[in-house]
Amino acid sequence: VENVRLLDRLSSRKAALGTLYLTATHVIFVENGSETRKETWVLHSQISSIEKQATTATGCPLLIRCKNFQIIQLVIPQERDCHDVYISLIRLARPVKYEELYCFSFNPKLDKEEREQGWKLVNLNEEYNRMGIPNSYWQISDVNRDYGVCDSYPTEVYVPKSATAHIIVGSSKFRSRRRFPALSYYYKDNNASICRSSQPLSGFSARCLEDEQMLQAIRKANPGSDFIYVVDTRPKLNAMANRAAGKGYENEDNYSNIKFQFIGIENIHVMRNSLQKMLEVCELKSPSMSDFLWGLENSGWLKHIKAIMDAGIFIAKAVAEEGVSVLVHCSDGWDRTAQVCSVASLLLDPYYRTMKGFMVLIEKDWVSFGHKFNHRYGNLDGDPKEISPVIDQFIECVWQLMEQFPCAFEFNERFLIHIQHHVYSCQFGNFLCNSQKERRELKIQERTYSLWAHLWKNRADYLNPLYRSDHSQTQGTLRPQMAPCNFLYKFWSGMYNRFEKGLHPRQSVTDYLMAVKEESQQLEEELEVLGERLANLQKSQLTDIKVESKQQDRSKQLGLSASNNSLANTPQDYSNDLKSFPSRSPSQGDEEDSALILTQDNLKSSDPDLSANSDQESGVEDLSCRSPSGGGCLPSEDSGKDSDEAVFLA
Amino acid sequence: MLRSSQPLTGPNRKRCREDEVLLGTVLDEGERGFIIDTRSAQAAKQARMTGGGTEPKSSYPRWRRLHRPLERGRLLQESFIKLVEACNDASVNMDRWLSRLESCRWLSHVKAALSTACLAAQCMDREEASVLVHGAEGTDTTLLVTALAQVILDPSCRTLVGFQGLLEREWIQAGHPFHLRCSRSAYSHARLKQEAPLFLLFLDCVWQLSRQFPFSLEFSERLLLTLFDNAYASAYGTFLCNNEKERCLCKVKENTHSLWAWLNEPEEKMKYLNPLYSHNSLVIWPSIEPQSIQLWQGLFFRWIRSSQYLDEAWAEIQQLVEGN
Repeated sequence: VENVRLLDRLSSRKAALGTLYLTATHVIFVENGSETRKETWVLHSQISSIEKQATTATGCPLLIRCKNFQIIQLVIPQERDCHDVYISLIRLARPVKYEELYCFSFNPKLDKEEREQGWKLVNLNEEYNRMGIPNSYWQISDVNRDYGVCDSYPTEVYVPKSATAHIIVGSSKFRSRRRFPALSYYYKDNNASICRSSQPLSGFSARCLEDEQMLQAIRKANPGSDFIYVVDTRPKLNAMANRAAGKGYENEDNYSNIKFQFIGIENIHVMRNSLQKMLEVCELKSPSMSDFLWGLENSGWLKHIKAIMDAGIFIAKAVAEEGVSVLVHCSDGWDRTAQVCSVASLLLDPYYRTMKGFMVLIEKDWVSFGHKFNHRYGNLDGDPKEISPVIDQFIECVWQLMEQFPCAFEFNERFLIHIQHHVYSCQFGNFLCNSQKERRELKIQERTYSLWAHLWKNRADYLNPLYRSDHSQTQGTLRPQMAPCNFLYKFWSGMYNRFEKGLHPRQSVTDYLMAVKEESQQLEEELEVLGERLANLQKSQLTDIKVESKQQDRSKQLGLSASNNSLANTPQDYSNDLKSFPSRSPSQGDEEDSALILTQDNLKSSDPDLSANSDQESGVEDLSCRSPSGGGCLPSEDSGKDSDEAVFLA
Repeated sequence: MLRSSQPLTGPNRKRCREDEVLLGTVLDEGERGFIIDTRSAQAAKQARMTGGGTEPKSSYPRWRRLHRPLERGRLLQESFIKLVEACNDASVNMDRWLSRLESCRWLSHVKAALSTACLAAQCMDREEASVLVHGAEGTDTTLLVTALAQVILDPSCRTLVGFQGLLEREWIQAGHPFHLRCSRSAYSHARLKQEAPLFLLFLDCVWQLSRQFPFSLEFSERLLLTLFDNAYASAYGTFLCNNEKERCLCKVKENTHSLWAWLNEPEEKMKYLNPLYSHNSLVIWPSIEPQSIQLWQGLFFRWIRSSQYLDEAWAEIQQLVEGN
């Protein structure tokens, strides 16, 4: 469709005129005329809702809201075209078959072996080995090898040594969805563990010997403690209500040596509504501070984030400080349980704070344990009541932690944002379907590509320049303050206002520091090389010859491509070397070089599906007025009421 | 940009030729100017009853008057006290924290101040017009606006030395009554009439700018905290008294040491520099959307929570940059 206008939410003056294209997988808007030929690409999978608004003199507005919080406002000149686009998008955004998804047509031009290698990047067996399993307390069980015991669990589960197949099967019959207690994380320092399951089918008085034995087995697997915690992450009322439906929670009287604990995290419906309310606040036009804060509080979003975090902290403390194992469950053990186990693991184990470790964590606690990606994130058209921002909340918890502990994570905010983006994008096969069983049936690994390989390839974009594996913040357990710490939870505008460039600092500190770090490393290497050459020359006693500097080459290297493979596999260690590094003398033409680091061109912006933001000004927003009449207008003189012309009107 | 106090129009709409001529000479042929009055239109009108007022359009034809009410005095002090109480209140739940924060109104004041300063800057930079800023006395919100506008517009005010010069000029010499305003801070129960945290509000706004433009200010948060401390209690004479006249009478220059002298000593100075600084010759236009304005944790939670992890991060940044 031609002559479509793409409006900028913050400044109506920035409306762009162009052509709208609909393909099998994307909506594409191409701006007219400009030399940059700016394009905006949106995957159909990302579309959350489409709203047709009232026709105005300028055309028919169409508002597309995306799951990654992008909002596209289009104005289509002809009502008929607008309607056609609307109907088409509705259908395209609600696929009925997996084959309609982008991942089945996406072609990154890799051969079959590379595709396979990509899928092998994250290996859970290796991960459990890294934890120290199998050992005398824990073993791998193949009781679920054909998904015969639990179809939402993986084929390989890790259970206590004393949990026989009989016990496992018996326990699974007493658990909702047959999700029996299984190992999530083993803390080798003191043998405490985090196990996860779903709620027991205890009703008011039902018992199951095997289930009780299962919990005992978990306790016995930790000789350092004579009890285990059982943490129910639901609000007490909800859990009690479940009893009437024949489910419920563990009775301390029936299960020997458990200490039962409720940590109330609300359910998926509450969270869905919470996000909805928060997004409404984000969509307010020029809200006052008051509107914003009230709206944010009203949504309850940060309160929920804190609840998840507090649960994770409780569990991490129980394991690390008390040396007590914890069994976590919610209702079905695939939402809140996943969130809480992964937060706890992240706090406990620095490995999960590395890039690779984080990928492993998600594979383990979310993918392998059957988090219902399809239902929760709407890969296919389904029940809207199943949709909920569960993994988004986990990802935000990680971000909140990154803000509190800026040196503790190997990866940066962009890594988190891109992962969230791809949970919804269906461009890769990792987050499809509802279980490992379904993914294997669809042969996902043979027909799609792995996100992890893609991210790993671009890992230079995702590094945190402040991370050092030997930094105190990266050692051992992270201990966030629990109270008073309300103020520590910030609104994540990098995620929820991601596409509103006007709201964010123009210059990325992360990118700048990464560039500085890279350059320092290159210079160090060069120094080494020159040092060797000098040593060699001195040996051959040719003292007359001057050492040539490689200044010309260096300025090309400062183009800062991600081709420096020394950043590849291990976190960098820059602590001591930098101090001894001599500063460059002015005679070597430094000035232009340092300028290179700071220019926009060298800053990475590898956002998928987005066109580059070409505004060169250092400032943040175009301050010309946003009045409906558009154009430059002078702020008005006062009258009885405030008129809305100037931008800086309160 | 000019600053003044309110014209003494009074209930009978007095005129003053000299004042009109003065403002007339500021503008070039055909040029227009803006008067930014930091009181609401209502308050400005009411001021006439007590001898004050506004510039009537007829007498100042080439000046357009805009009202941007900014809080000051008792209400600003209350806002500050409430905020500090809220921050110190360990019993506040997450459910209630944001509304509690909102009820203090402090962040709204920050937003309003930034907004008005940006307006002044916009008039000068975009409309290329002269600006006159005044409130009632010209010693509080007026200085907040003019000083902040200069940080936004002028890169030389963003250097360590330039910023100190700005403070000296726009706050100290301009006669902000520090002695009256910065007497007891937020904990005093004697709600002093003249106490008001305008200077802190200014520092908060500057901190917001440093967050939005991490490369553009030569000084770090540490400087802002030090200035905050010294405005209330200082070993130096820089912030003493209420104006130049009093400082002369008290012989401040002869009897005390200057804060600037100490801050600029080579070893001391290092502590206040921003390792990310890189001269930015452009105007820095901040976002005043609520998402962009944050609570200044470094100040309001300074004694409540450890800044260890953030300090470590800055140390890391310092090392990376210096090492390079």
